[in-house]
Amino acid sequence: MSSPADMANPLLFFFMVVTLFPLGLGPDPERLSTMAPGVLWVVALLSSLMVSSKLFASDYEDGSLEQLAIAPYPLSVLVLGEVTAHWLATGFLLAVVSPLFGVMLGLPQHGLGVLCYSLLLGTVCLTLIGAMGSALTVSIRRGGLLMSLLIIPLNVPVLIFGTTAVSEAIIGGNPSTWLALLGGLAMGSLALVPLAISAALRVSLDN
Amino acid sequence: MWTFIHKMGSPPWFFRFSGTVVKWLLPLTLVLLAVGAAWGLLVAPPDFRQGNSYRIIYIHVPAAVVALAGYYVMAFAGAVSLIWRIKMADVTMRAAAPVGAVLTAVALVTGAIWGKPTWGTWWVWDARITSMLILLFLYLGVVALFEAYENKTAAARACAVLSLVGTVNIPIIYKSVDWWYSLHQPASIKFTGESAIDSSMLYPLLLMIAAFYCLFAVTVLLNMRAELVWNHREAGWLQQLVREA
Repeated sequence: MSSPADMANPLLFFFMVVTLFPLGLGPDPERLSTMAPGVLWVVALLSSLMVSSKLFASDYEDGSLEQLAIAPYPLSVLVLGEVTAHWLATGFLLAVVSPLFGVMLGLPQHGLGVLCYSLLLGTVCLTLIGAMGSALTVSIRRGGLLMSLLIIPLNVPVLIFGTTAVSEAIIGGNPSTWLALLGGLAMGSLALVPLAISAALRVSLDN
Repeated sequence: MWTFIHKMGSPPWFFRFSGTVVKWLLPLTLVLLAVGAAWGLLVAPPDFRQGNSYRIIYIHVPAAVVALAGYYVMAFAGAVSLIWRIKMADVTMRAAAPVGAVLTAVALVTGAIWGKPTWGTWWVWDARITSMLILLFLYLGVVALFEAYENKTAAARACAVLSLVGTVNIPIIYKSVDWWYSLHQPASIKFTGESAIDSSMLYPLLLMIAAFYCLFAVTVLLNMRAELVWNHREAGWLQQLVREA
């Protein structure tokens, strides 16, 4: 994340794609509001895919990744720091402004808080898994398309738990089970995925 | 035991050993496939609800079972290659990935063909179908990642990392897709319940599953041997083998 434009881009992408859905599906508010949880979550997934594909690219090109790899600290911890910074600039921001987009798609009021909360937890997983995809493909030319193939299947549970939590909240159910599952996924990913990221980065440095 | 594992890591020894295994396993596979298919397609009684169309399970179920098991074989080989840096484990992983992908595709296609007469549609977003589709993507990811790397040693390690992450994720994916489906169960499609399968239909099915496991093993071994020949085409031991033959 080198400039404010880098931070604004995923939000703009989110905004643009959210605009496309009413144009594609028709402006019927009722229909939009039933589709809103899925639409918002899929768009969040895509925008996280887009921004994390280049997460390690500049570090790889200017050689600072090699410096990190030979630093006297575990690479996984250093990577976790980098991913946290990335998340604060992308996933966290996206989750915070998501109620705005929820309102635009006619998501009922009582669903907005759960949308924000589920994205807050879910983007942690999305960012970590995206970072792993970026680490695996950073040394490959044209790695972007390959990365979506690697990452999307792994993100399926996050998407399911997230959309289900929001849908439950809308129909007046209790979303806490699904939020708890999302939280569990986030904690598990925080513990394990940095190890995979550091292993993948070392592989990429060998390529 | 340890000397056996140690020997497995040596390409010339493995090449000879796998040659002997294939020589016995290949005829066994063909016999099992022929007997299982004949039993399932000709001898087993028709289903009282689905008639003869159910017989596709003798391809569908074994392919699905072995496709899933194949991912674990691949991930286990990946773990071995990451931890002990054994070259043969790399070769195993690389050989298993395309076979597993093809089996997954076979399970999906036969499932679609079976779905048409049974549910009246080629494709439904059923929990098991969706999970198999995601498994296909996981396999294709490993294959594509391996092809994308120029340095093949690094490629094998990258695939090992990816398949291990996939292994941790597969149970979560399966469970989540299961919940997702039970929440959205469409009312228009009636699924026949999980009725207990009669033993006259079960035994040929088990035989076919065994046959598919053998088929998987033989195909992976043949794949590995082809890979070994290519990697060691300049090595002395291989040229000597060619001269002996």
